[in-house]
Amino acid sequence: MAEFETVTVETDLLICGGGMAACGAAVEASYWAKKNGLKVTVVDKAAMDRSGAVAMGLSAINQYVDLNSGNNTLNDYCDYVRNDLMGITREDQVANIARHVDSTVHLFEKWGLPIWTDQDGKYVHEGRWQLMINGESYKVIVAEAAKNALAEAGGEYFERVFITHPLMDGDKCVGAIGFSVRENKIYVFKAKATMCAMGGAVHVFKPRSTGEGFGRSWYPPFNSGASAFFTIYAGAEMTCQEVRFIPVRFKDAYGPVGAWFLLFKAVATNAYGGNYMQERVGELDKWEPYGKVKPRPANIRNWLMMLDVMEGKSPIYMQTADAIKTIVDQAPDDKAAKKKLKELEAEAWEDFLDMTISQAILWASTNTEPDKQPSEIMACDPYFIGSHSGASGAWVSGPEDLQNEKTKDEYFWGYANMTTVPGLFAAGDASGASSHKFSSGSHAEGRIAAKAALAYVVDNNTPPNVDQAQIDDLKARILRPLVTFEEHKGATTDPNVNPNYIRPQQHMYRLQKIMDEYSGGVSAQFHTNDKLLEKGMELMQYLHEDSDKLAAEDLHELMRCWESVHRSYQGDAHMRSILFREETRWPGYYFRADKPKMDNDNWLAFCNCTFDKSTGDWTMMKKPVKYLTQ
Amino acid sequence: MPSYVIPDKCDGCKALDKTACQYICPNDLMVLDKDAMKAFNQDPQMCWECYSCVKICPTQAIEVRGYADFVPLGASATAMRSSEDILWTIQFRSKEIKPKRFKFPIRRGVAEGQAQPFDHYETGDDDLKSPTLMCEPAGLNTEKGPVKMDKVPTL
Repeated sequence: MAEFETVTVETDLLICGGGMAACGAAVEASYWAKKNGLKVTVVDKAAMDRSGAVAMGLSAINQYVDLNSGNNTLNDYCDYVRNDLMGITREDQVANIARHVDSTVHLFEKWGLPIWTDQDGKYVHEGRWQLMINGESYKVIVAEAAKNALAEAGGEYFERVFITHPLMDGDKCVGAIGFSVRENKIYVFKAKATMCAMGGAVHVFKPRSTGEGFGRSWYPPFNSGASAFFTIYAGAEMTCQEVRFIPVRFKDAYGPVGAWFLLFKAVATNAYGGNYMQERVGELDKWEPYGKVKPRPANIRNWLMMLDVMEGKSPIYMQTADAIKTIVDQAPDDKAAKKKLKELEAEAWEDFLDMTISQAILWASTNTEPDKQPSEIMACDPYFIGSHSGASGAWVSGPEDLQNEKTKDEYFWGYANMTTVPGLFAAGDASGASSHKFSSGSHAEGRIAAKAALAYVVDNNTPPNVDQAQIDDLKARILRPLVTFEEHKGATTDPNVNPNYIRPQQHMYRLQKIMDEYSGGVSAQFHTNDKLLEKGMELMQYLHEDSDKLAAEDLHELMRCWESVHRSYQGDAHMRSILFREETRWPGYYFRADKPKMDNDNWLAFCNCTFDKSTGDWTMMKKPVKYLTQ
Repeated sequence: MPSYVIPDKCDGCKALDKTACQYICPNDLMVLDKDAMKAFNQDPQMCWECYSCVKICPTQAIEVRGYADFVPLGASATAMRSSEDILWTIQFRSKEIKPKRFKFPIRRGVAEGQAQPFDHYETGDDDLKSPTLMCEPAGLNTEKGPVKMDKVPTL
């Protein structure tokens, strides 16, 4: 195997990731670092302009609280999030993001993002909390501000460096280690504080499309569980690992439905015209008090649709033509109607072209014109995305000033967004129990976390102590798949089939099969039970053992090896948390067939867990839900 | 395969310091075959069809053919991105449906590269331990006066 040079970088704050939260962190950290003479370093596996979940663009900003309008309060936003998550939410975290997100959105506009405005110059709302944007370059613009901020503050930025592990000094996080996916270099980052903002996890579960369309997940396939692994492996307490997210989207290409439901007021029906949201209203009693709240929780909307699917009433359709007709019919004359139709058509197509171009191709390839025929919708596969209607992530400290007498001992330990590991901060998909932050709230949370991390650096201003033996050990483990491949590739005539190793693609397929069949994936219609989970965990243990036999031919495949390891820890935490929570609380996300009811007496609580890397043991624990608003 | 490279148009970005599509792909899929000096997608099954490579290619050598396991052949979405807007052409499978063309702005009021990160609004204090972020409270609330940051104003 080729020699690998080791590059060592020392910094005050290390930001791992390049998506919305990391860009927010980079801007905010640079501002305060410049004032305080501190150094900020960003490391990302991709190129910042198109890194993370907003790589393709977005057609809407989904969190804008608009406190200035007087129409909304932080209390309203907490109500919305708490109800959508069936009571399981950290209101201190949600309120903290909500009180800062408007300033983040105003900065986006100053940086050049076109936000739609009406004749009076007011933002055009898609829904109560959502703004419409021309968002093709949303990420490019946000990255530009982050890079300019770093440059102004003398910060450093490393792209195409894949972070594999945290570096530890006892219980404290003191940086990160990884490798370049372009040249034979190991990177050792020694930091006084480290921010984890490396996104959620996709492809932990088997997707619906397993051919060429394997990569057409709703959330991007490059969100590979790096945040979950990083925080789990560091020993951080994790929360809501059972709270996966399953979006309902246009079938197969997973184009967005928000504009259709919220802006165009379209209705979804089963194949026979039945409106499941009305016909199944009686089901909502079972999920009180959340089932009856408006807007209905995302998982409950999913569930009512899934009941129709399980009864054989598919396909489910978004009635696009009816929605367009209703709007166009309100026009005063033919000319105005034609103009309105053209306008709606452009808006509908832009919705796809800004964020899910595949859906535009699918509509065009099936000769779909939305004003003429309806389009199928479908539940996607499960994703780990703490920023949306899922909640998985690290358990982090809230801000001090928002706590009340009931919450302060549970939810505050020194620095906002610090995990239970000193020096390790998390934001975006990496921090849990603070759902509905989306792109803008993730950016705002990155800013909050970065400022708090610098306060930590000032209070704990000692050089990071990283034991050389730890670095040597990790370096050998990180590169082992390359060594394994070289050592054994000659043992068979086909390098893909070799008894001495497993290549990362097959490793990922095995993980997906376990998760799909035992942990309530697509093929099980999202159902599981205790016995299935126990069996799945047994198979997962073999997978973890076989991770030591991963093999990689080149740097790209080495990254795929570690991505699959990262995903497997997310899968493990998920199964353990579903098993621990002895109820069904989010029926449209997963259904525990052996515990089919919601149990508020025992389980209106967070399910948290920690992993001990020295023993391989997991500890599960219940943590109380305490609200600020009630 | 989702994104594909037209050999006659791809020059391997030989005049540039890096191969544009390889530089930008968020999933590290585009690579340059240095012998042929042509780029290709090394793992189309992991392609998200995000069009980052299509939009950045200086010779318009990259296009997307929809995932063949569920997308009927014959349609296309073609992008032409400038520094201010993006032009789309949607070609349907049926030639009886007129192709659609759309032009959408991609940025407003700030030239490419010129986004100034700081100082759009006054920052209320210099205290690293306060909850006030850069450009707050002024940037939060430009009409009704500052939101108080020492408590949740509306809880």
